[in-house]
Order: sequence, then C-alpha cells, then structure tokens
Amino acid sequence: MSYRLGVDVGGTFTDLLLVNEATGQTWTAKVPSTPADQSVGVLNGLARVCERAGITADKIEHVMHGTTVATNTVLTGTGARCGLVTTKGYRQVLQIARSFVPGGLGGWVIYNKSLPMAPLSCTIEADERVGAKGDVVRPLDEAQLRVQLRSLKARKIEALTVSLINAYANDQHEKRIKAIATEELPGIPVSLSSEVVPEMQEYERTVTTVANSYVRPRVQKYVKNLQSKLEQKTKNVKLHILRSDGGLASAKSSEEYPVNLLMSGPAGGVTGALWVAVQAGFPNLLTVDVGGTSTDVALIMKGEPRLRRETTIGDVTVRASSVDIRTVGAGGGSIAHVPQLTKALRVGPQSAGADPGPAAYGRGGTEPTVTDANVVLGYLPEMQRLGGEMELNRTLAQSAVKKVGDALGKNVKDAALGIYDIVNENMVGALRLVSVEQGHDPRDYALIAFGGAGPLHANALSRLLGSWPSIIPPGPGVLCALGDATTAVRDESARTFIRKFSDTSAGEVYKILSALADDAAGALEREKVARAQMRIGYQVDVRYHGQGLQLTLSVDLNELAKHGLAAISAPFEAEHKRLFTFALPLEHELVNLRAIVQGAGITIDRPLLAKGGADPKAAAVGKQKTYMDGKDCTAVVYDRARLRAGNRIAGPAIVMEMDSTTVILPRHHGTVDKAGNILIYPDGYKAKSAAKPKARAKAATKTKVTPKSEPAPKTKARSKGRK
Amino acid sequence: MSAKIIQRNSKKMKKVKVDSVTIDIIESALRSARYEMDTVLFRTAMSPGIREQHDEFPMIANLEGKMVVGQFGSFINSFIAGYDGTIEEGDIFMTSDPYSVAGAVSHANDWLLLMPIYKGERLIAWSAMFGHMTDIGGKVPGSLPTDARQIYEEGICVPPVKMYKGGVLQEDVLKVILHNCRLPMWNLSDFNAIVAALRTAAIRCIELSTRFGDDVFYSAMAAMLERNKRAMRELILRTVPEKKQYFEDYVCDDGMGMGPYKIACTMWREGEKCIFDFTGTDPQSIGAINFLLNDEMFKMFAGVYMIMVFDPQILFNDGFYDLMDVRIPSGTLLKPLKPAALSCRTHALGRIFDILGGLLGQGNPAFMCAAGFSDSPHIMYSGYRSTGEWYQLFQIGFGGIPGKPFGDGPDGHSLWPSFTNVPNEFLESYFPLRIETYETIADSGGAGKNRGGNALRVSYRFLEPGEISIHDDRWLTYPWGVNGGLPGARGRKLLVRTDGTRENIPAKCDRIKVEAGDLLHFDTWGGGGCGDPLERETGKVAFDVDAGLVTVDGARRYGVVLDSNAVVDEQATTRLRAQMAGVRGAVKLFDRGFESIEELKSRCLAETSLPAPVQPQFTRRGRAKAGKAA
Repeated sequence: MSYRLGVDVGGTFTDLLLVNEATGQTWTAKVPSTPADQSVGVLNGLARVCERAGITADKIEHVMHGTTVATNTVLTGTGARCGLVTTKGYRQVLQIARSFVPGGLGGWVIYNKSLPMAPLSCTIEADERVGAKGDVVRPLDEAQLRVQLRSLKARKIEALTVSLINAYANDQHEKRIKAIATEELPGIPVSLSSEVVPEMQEYERTVTTVANSYVRPRVQKYVKNLQSKLEQKTKNVKLHILRSDGGLASAKSSEEYPVNLLMSGPAGGVTGALWVAVQAGFPNLLTVDVGGTSTDVALIMKGEPRLRRETTIGDVTVRASSVDIRTVGAGGGSIAHVPQLTKALRVGPQSAGADPGPAAYGRGGTEPTVTDANVVLGYLPEMQRLGGEMELNRTLAQSAVKKVGDALGKNVKDAALGIYDIVNENMVGALRLVSVEQGHDPRDYALIAFGGAGPLHANALSRLLGSWPSIIPPGPGVLCALGDATTAVRDESARTFIRKFSDTSAGEVYKILSALADDAAGALEREKVARAQMRIGYQVDVRYHGQGLQLTLSVDLNELAKHGLAAISAPFEAEHKRLFTFALPLEHELVNLRAIVQGAGITIDRPLLAKGGADPKAAAVGKQKTYMDGKDCTAVVYDRARLRAGNRIAGPAIVMEMDSTTVILPRHHGTVDKAGNILIYPDGYKAKSAAKPKARAKAATKTKVTPKSEPAPKTKARSKGRK
Repeated sequence: MSAKIIQRNSKKMKKVKVDSVTIDIIESALRSARYEMDTVLFRTAMSPGIREQHDEFPMIANLEGKMVVGQFGSFINSFIAGYDGTIEEGDIFMTSDPYSVAGAVSHANDWLLLMPIYKGERLIAWSAMFGHMTDIGGKVPGSLPTDARQIYEEGICVPPVKMYKGGVLQEDVLKVILHNCRLPMWNLSDFNAIVAALRTAAIRCIELSTRFGDDVFYSAMAAMLERNKRAMRELILRTVPEKKQYFEDYVCDDGMGMGPYKIACTMWREGEKCIFDFTGTDPQSIGAINFLLNDEMFKMFAGVYMIMVFDPQILFNDGFYDLMDVRIPSGTLLKPLKPAALSCRTHALGRIFDILGGLLGQGNPAFMCAAGFSDSPHIMYSGYRSTGEWYQLFQIGFGGIPGKPFGDGPDGHSLWPSFTNVPNEFLESYFPLRIETYETIADSGGAGKNRGGNALRVSYRFLEPGEISIHDDRWLTYPWGVNGGLPGARGRKLLVRTDGTRENIPAKCDRIKVEAGDLLHFDTWGGGGCGDPLERETGKVAFDVDAGLVTVDGARRYGVVLDSNAVVDEQATTRLRAQMAGVRGAVKLFDRGFESIEELKSRCLAETSLPAPVQPQFTRRGRAKAGKAA
C-alpha cells in the first residue's frame, strides 16, 4: 500500500496531508514552521502525520511540496552572485531593460531604478553573432571568451547565465559557451537562455535566465537537503515541487529550472481552493488569499485556473508561466492614512508587517491597520486568539483608528468602516483584473476566501462583485497541503513555430504536436507514470500576423485532422471578438505549439462533518457588539469546530476557528455543507444559472480529482528551440 | 457653430452630498478603468509604435468635459465648440487635425478618438484616447517631413468626424482615410484597438453609475475635481513665488539649417493663480518644428510636474485648471497659425518639460531636477526588399533621465509615460537590419551629486538598400545641469559606409540613402547632473566605473581618482576635489555648457563636424503676430 504526502510550509505553520493512494483516506497534521531550515519542520510534521495514520514513513512514495524558498530569495535579495555572458554590443541589456519608467507623466522625477540581478561588473561579452533566422553571422571567438571567463572567476561569481542575441533561433553558441564555462569555472552552475526560455525578446529571456541563476544555488541546496533527509526515512520516495503554474516538477527539474517555482507557494493555495470548490460543486470561482501585507487573487474557470505567461515577484517580472495570481498590497497589516493635501482616506500599500504589526497586537504598533479596523468593528472579537495564542487589544486598536477618524472628521466606528470599505475596494480592484478585464463576469463565479484574514472580507467582497456564494473552507492552512497532494504529475513540451497559416499545413502542425506529446510523455515515464494513465492536451498560441499579443487555444488533434487549420482559425476569431470586441481581416499566424501530458489524479476521502439540524445554536459561544453597514448590531459568535453539516447561520454572525475568523453580514446567511465549508448567500438569493452549484458530485466528499488543466503555456523549456 | 448634444432623457444630474469614502471608491475604480484602457489597447494594436512603445494617451472626463483621470487634459469643450453637428448615443468621433482641437493633438499622426458615454439616454461621461500612427501618407514614409512648410504636406489630416453614428461604423469615411496611408492594416488595427479601449471605459463608467446612482457618480466626479483643485491650490501657494521667474531653452535647429529657436517663459503667482507667459518665444518656424501647444495641455504638464516633484500622492485631473493662466502669443513657435507645418513638433514638446523644470526649480532649488531626455527622437527606415516587399520602420529612441534630487537618472530610459523600447530581436526578425550595439554611452550622463542618465547608442546595420529619416535634437545645445551638476553629453548620428567612409549626419534629415551593409550609430543624449559632483560619494563613482557606466577619466569630473581596477585613491581624490572646488568657486544654479549662442555656434563645426545653423528666418505672418502679442 502506498501513500502520498502534501506539504505546505507557511510563515507560522507547516501543514501536512497524508493520502492513502488506494483508499483515498487522509490524515492531517499541523506543526510549527522552522524558518531557519524549513526541512526540519517538514520532517517533524512527517513523523506526526505518520504516527496519526499508524504507518511507517517508508510507505510514503511521493512527497508533494509547495515552497517559498525561491520567492523569498528574490524578495530578500539573497540570491547568488551572478555572472552573465551576452553577445558583443549587449552588455547592458539588463541595465537598459525595456527603457520603461513607471508612474505616468513625470513619473521619472521619483523613479529610482533597482540594480540588475547580474551586476554589470560581472557581465562579459562574447564576440559572436547569430542572425534572426538562426544563421551564424560571426563565429564564436573562444580564446577571447576564456580570458573573460577567468576574469569572472576572479569576481567570485556563484552562478553563470548565458543569454545571446537570437539564441531562441539557434542555441549552438550558448551550448558551446556552457561547455567552455564548465572547463573554466568548474562547479559553477550554468543556465542557458535557450534552455530556460527559448523565446524571442532578449531582455525578457535574459532577465528570466538570470533570475533562474540567481535563485538556483539556494533552491538546489534546499531541495537536495530535503530529498536526502526524506530518503533517510523512506528509501524510494520521490520529491515533487509545485511549480508556479500549478504543475509538478521533479526534484531534479526544480534544481535546474527554479525560476518556475517563484509562485510555488501561492499556486498551492489556488490548487487547494480549486479542489475544495469543485468538491462543493463550484467549478467557476475567484480565489482570495488575504495575508498580512498582501492579497493574492486568481480566477478559475470550469475547474481550470487561468495561467499567464509571466511571473512577477517584487519588482522582477520574468517569463515563466504561473497561475494568474494578482497581488495587491492590501492585507491585515496595511496601514490607513489621510494625506494632508487631499484629505482622502488611503489604505496601504505600506504595511505594519509582522513587527510591530497592527496596534491591536500590543507590540508597540501605533499606526491604524486593517486588522485594527476589524477589531474596532467587532469583526475580530476580543475572545478570538489569533493562531491560538495572540490576544487582541481593543483599546489600542481604537486609539490607532481614531487618528484616521480625526483627520476625516469621523467617529472611530465610521473611520474603521471606511478602512474596511476601502481595503475591500482595493481587493476588488485585483479581482477585476483577473475577471472583468479578461472578459469574465464575476457574477458567474463563486468566491472562495482563505488565508488568515480572507474570511473577514469574503462576504463583503462577494457583495461588491455579485459572486455567490462566498465559500469559507475549514482550516485555511491545510488547504495548500491539499492542493499539493492532489496535483497530478505533469510535463509539457513546447516549440516556437512562427508561421502564417498560408505557410504551413494542418498536417505539419499535427506532426509537430504529436512529436511534442511523445517527448513530454517520455519525461513522465521517467517519473514512473504509466503511459496508459496519461492525459494529453495540445495548445497553440495564435495571433494576427503582425500583432503582439497571442491567444492560447486548446486544439483537438481529431478536429485538426478533420477540419484542417480552420479548427484553429474559427475559435481564434471568436476568442478575439469576445476579448476585444472586434476581429480583423488579416491572416492568422502560429507562434508556439505545445503538448501537455499529465498523470492520473487520485481519489481523496476527506472526513465528513457530522450531520446536524438547521439550527446552529449548539455552536454559539457568545455575542459580540459589531458595526456593520453603518449600523450597530449584535452578532452571535460561533465556534466553528462545533458546527454541523446542515446548520444555517443567520447574519449578523461571526464564526471563529484557530486560524481564521468569518464575518457574515446582516441579511446574509451561511450554510454548512458536508465537507464543513460555510457557503454564504444573501437572504432570498436566486442563483443565476451559471453560478448555481451544478453537477454536485454524488458523494460530495469522495471525488475523483481530475488532473488540473490543459492550461498552461510552457514553462520549463524542454523545448527544442527552433525548428 | 457648436455641437448639439442630444439626450432623450432631459432630467438634469443633481449635485448630491457624497460620503468621502464613496468618492475614494469611485476614484480608484476610475483609475483602474483608465489603466484598463491601456491594457486593451496594447494587446490589440498592431503598430510597434503603439503596441511596443506605447505612444498613446487615455482619458475619462465628466459630462462637462473635464478630465477626471488620464494623461492629456481635456479638449472636449473646444471640440464641442468647433464641431458642427449632433452628438448622440453610440457616436464615436475622430480627428487628427491639431488646428480643429486647439492643439489637443499636436500633429496629424496622432489619431484622437472621442466617445460620449450615455446611460439611460443621458450623457454621463466621456472617454477619449489618442495614439501615434506610424504612417498617415504624405511626402515621406512616416509622415514627418522635416522640410514641410504647410500641414498639407504632412499626410492625411482628418477634421472632427463621426466614425460611428449611433453605434454603426461609417465605413466609407474610414476607407477614404486608410486609402491614404502606406500601412493601412496597422492604422485599421490601431483604430479598432482605440475604439475597444474607449468602449471599455464606457462600460466601466456605466457600471459605476449603476452601482452608485447617476447623481452620486456625477457628484463624485465633481468632488474629485474639487479635491484636486484644493490640493493644487496649496501646492501653488507653497511653491510658486510671486516674484517673476524667467527661463529659456532652445530647439537646436529646424532641419533646414536654421536655429536655434528660443522658447521663453515667465512664471509668477498672483494670489492663488499661477501665470505662465511665453512672451519672448521665437515666431513660428517656416518648417515643421512648430508645436501647437494647447493651453490646457500645458496646465496639465505643469500640474503633473509639480505633483511629481512635491507630492506624488495627489490624483491628477483637470480640477485645478482655473488656478493657472497660460499666455502664449499667437504666431509663435508654440502657437503657429494654420497652415503652418507641425509634424516635427516632438522637440519643442519635450523641451517644455525642461522649461518647467527650470521655472519651478528657481524658487525651490532643493527640488530642482536637471534637464533630461526631453524629446522622443525617431528613426525611420524604409524601402523595398529584394523580394519586392515594402518595409517601413518607425522607432523611438531613448536616452538619459536627468539627475534629480531623489537620485540618479536611469540610463537609456524614457521620460514619457509607459513608453518602452522595441526588442531588438523583434526588429531583426521583421525588418532587414541588425542591431549591432545596444548600450549606453559611458560618461554621457552629466556629472553631479546625482548623476544624469547615460545616452543610448543603437547601431543599425542595414541589410537592404533603403532610405532613412532622423528626428533628433540637443546636438548643439546641451541638456543642462543644476545646482553644480554638469551638462549631459549631446547627441550625434554617425553613418559608416561599407567602404569605411564616416559621415556625421544632421539630427534632422529625410531621404538619406543607405545601402546594404551601411552602419548607423544613433547616439542620443544624456541627462544633466544634479548637485555638486564633488559631493558624490566616492563609492558610487567607483561602482559606476566598475560597471563601465563611467570611465576612469570620466571619474575625474567628480574629482575622483581611481586606478585601473576601479579602486579609489582616497588621498589623491581629496587633493583633486579641493583643487577643483577652488578653481570652480561657487556652484552654478544652471550649467548650460556654453556662454552664449554665438560662442556655442563658433565651436559647432569643430565639435560636431556639422556647420552651425544660421539665424532663423521667420514668415512675415508669424513675425507680425508674435511681435504684436509681445
């Protein structure tokens, strides 16, 4: 009997979910995180969860893990000292970047650019040149390169990137430089742009490959360390790391292409939310993860998270696919202020962080934060202990919020409500980016909120967007581990193939896609996935000839064989019209071709919540004075652990659990489903057909998880580069 | 003549009291809508100029035509005044005629589209956007002929017309326009993209108005304008002295051998009002460098600049326009009379920002930025490939951002909002050329406590015979430094023929023939330095030298002595700095890099290999008008 383990390492807790692959039975554990060496916490948790399941660790065959190591390396600027080799004439490619100055007209006055991840002093030029069609214009001067590489050695670089002009069209010089660098700089990992992201656009390709080099030594060390520690417990374990795009990478590929892990952590949250929501019967949803300093949002349509072709961390944007997660600087710690000149109430992006944190934490913070507003409003009751231990000081919260009230000429409660409303609006702004801006009507989506503060704002956000129900899953931490554990092994193979439709044929496209699928399937076989279990999807990126955007479309090979390239043209025109309101009388052009292969999913059996009646009063633990919608009202406070399936909680109400607090507003109600989710609706709500829970799985708790997605533009570039 | 706005619902909007948080919410929603307009445009436009370089400006205005969020100040009232016809639901208007909209667009390449937004058969707002078309026909590819003397030589110029009537595209009109352009598919696609952006804004406004109610939406926009006015009043009172401040700067030449042209402005405050008077500016040029400067647009420039320098938190809109009075004598370079040619207005437009910096800075030297990359130089390259296919490149150049009180100017960047460069790999795959060098030029940024950004060198190897056009400036005058900062380096264009012949070509030229294998070094200019270079931390100078952005010799401008490994010799540095400070004396508020125009011209040939421009000849008309107003 074999088991798989999902692991999520958060700032405070490490959550684990163990699954018996044959029966689907699950066990969970929560242990403190160990930030100095995260693997310690993981191993502690592993021991705990095995003990609960009554198994020995060697029964675990797969460990699936979302990690924030790559993210934190970028955010804290603690990556490797990177050397860079460019084509002669392009040494300053990162210095110049795209020449963009943010901030609108006059934005340059206050813009100070951050330094590139590969310092100019460690950047050298190779005398060589490849043309746009892949032709070698000037051969590589190897002797001169060796001299230059030695100078980098003296600069004590820890990782090397090679990114040459037009290398996406011909990788021969990059490959040769890697071979030479291995001789001249033994032990220094080398990343090639033609391997990491073989696509046109020299700046994007370079910055992505440099980011890969930058996080590589740390990720490598972490993964190796974790792998070897796991192997001491369980011999045949395979470690998989969750990629930014929600797929899984092998430990080896994570070490080579860590740039694909920059959003690994948040992607786990989205995949977990997806699992919960699909199980509850809501395949269309908006996910909202509210943390201390920021909120991450994403959109899932028909059970597939939207992906985008780039990942942004801090002020670095790289070309690596990721779940389309947008982040706004709005979280529990966001500070409210009123600028002198405009007298407008602003919330964030400045944050009180973890230290000193909100005033209510009593750690010396005096600035009014969103958490303080929630305390003043009574949404975070004084009896709540955040994370099980932290006490909230209402008096301190009030005096902090009063500052904003005084500046606005409002009383403390109205000022707090103003802060709550504005921060909700900021979150809605991010939700619009992933929904309406992409042509999706939020009223067709349910909203799922997690993260410590998500459930405080969920009801209000749903009301602003018309996204019903608000789904509040139990135990927000385990959600990510669940996402990790339920992710299917997945690989893809892609190739840039820029052709006008008149210059290619359905037959040619068919042939390339099939070859790409074979290639990706081979990679999965090496991960011990049987070919019979694999699901294969095909995608093409298409645009009008001359256009900059490309739309990613799924292709059915049978349709392609039957209808020729019209099987691509027709949906492209339709999608272009849907997104942009017009089509053009212009020829279509293929850009990239891609095959995505994934292993079978697993069946998970989560414990059911005991059934109870509609009346939740057995779970009521007290009353709380609150201020909702501009009125004083008394909310009943419930203990989530005592709620039973079928309970109907009338707003105003507050539901407490160890790591989150749920607010249900007046004229709304929450019902508890079999899995323990709270589904919040306005009273008298009539579902639009699209948002109705449909195809509710027969046993809501025993659901075959279909492996995620055909989505996903390419990530790792196993691509063959050019044709 | 004035447009008639048709509204079937005649109920007037009511001013209601709006809670300040609601105003904030509507403000953020409108701001998001304005960015959404950009996103929609960039994704669907086709010309690299809009798609990659983002040469476009969006706006949302209230029903009275005042810009509430956006980038270019509202022209809607002058449009309504000048349009003879009805404005109805579903209409979308277009114009590219600067003279019909008082300069809201300033050359015919900019296509301006305007859409009234209706809800419940009432006008509730306007959306507008303009973008630069790569080509609109006319005598040269790119439609910016340096030698044009009348606007009629500069391609098709569209007066305000209805492109959509009640939601229906007027296809015949569009057909006529596109027929006059060399790359009609780009124009068509960009046109559609702008329409899509306008409609996006309309949908957002209607949603907001539905959510909060028409009266609240209307009143909130009014409150946003009022809020901005209040903030700007404070800012003006605090930063604009009553004493007159005067500043002048130059456009180096007109592409016809005459120059420089002077732009002069005096600024002062009377009560809460800030006055800008351009008396003293040269008369209009007989060529194409005239810049029809819209008063409101100038107010926006001035307002934005003040906000950025003094308090970037302020939301920018039209609310403060009553607090500024702009006086531009007609018949001058900044208010030329029709049919003066306008296509090459980019230099004077950019220079306005240097003027603003110079004016506002004098009263607040601690906040003063140097002169920078106040232009968007262009290169055009076109011809037929050996296959017989027409190619036509239009590209915008980048340069040194000025040194500023808040830090160094970035190297090879853009002063314009949201502009980005076109990836060289993209250029190489779509045009017959190779970019052999793409780097910033060491030492081209002016030395200062905060360094000016370096200029950019782009070396184009042409692979097919063709013709090039160049539009650039600051090859004669320098981007000045402030508070002791030195000027940045000037621009230069060097053409190296296959036989090795080297030719410095003028900053403004058309129809320069190139052969396959010719190499053009297009060097833009650097940003001026800000603050005393002798006070720059030696570590920062050493860092720049190590990075190759400043040379060991160039470091001596900072009084910093380094060895060849970029290690600072502290003792020698202290000595050199003391010596330089003694020779120099007190720092200059402005360092223009020349004593007088005559002195500058006298060394022009020797320094640039180009003859000095001669004193401009003005048209009788322009001279008479300008003289009278002055």
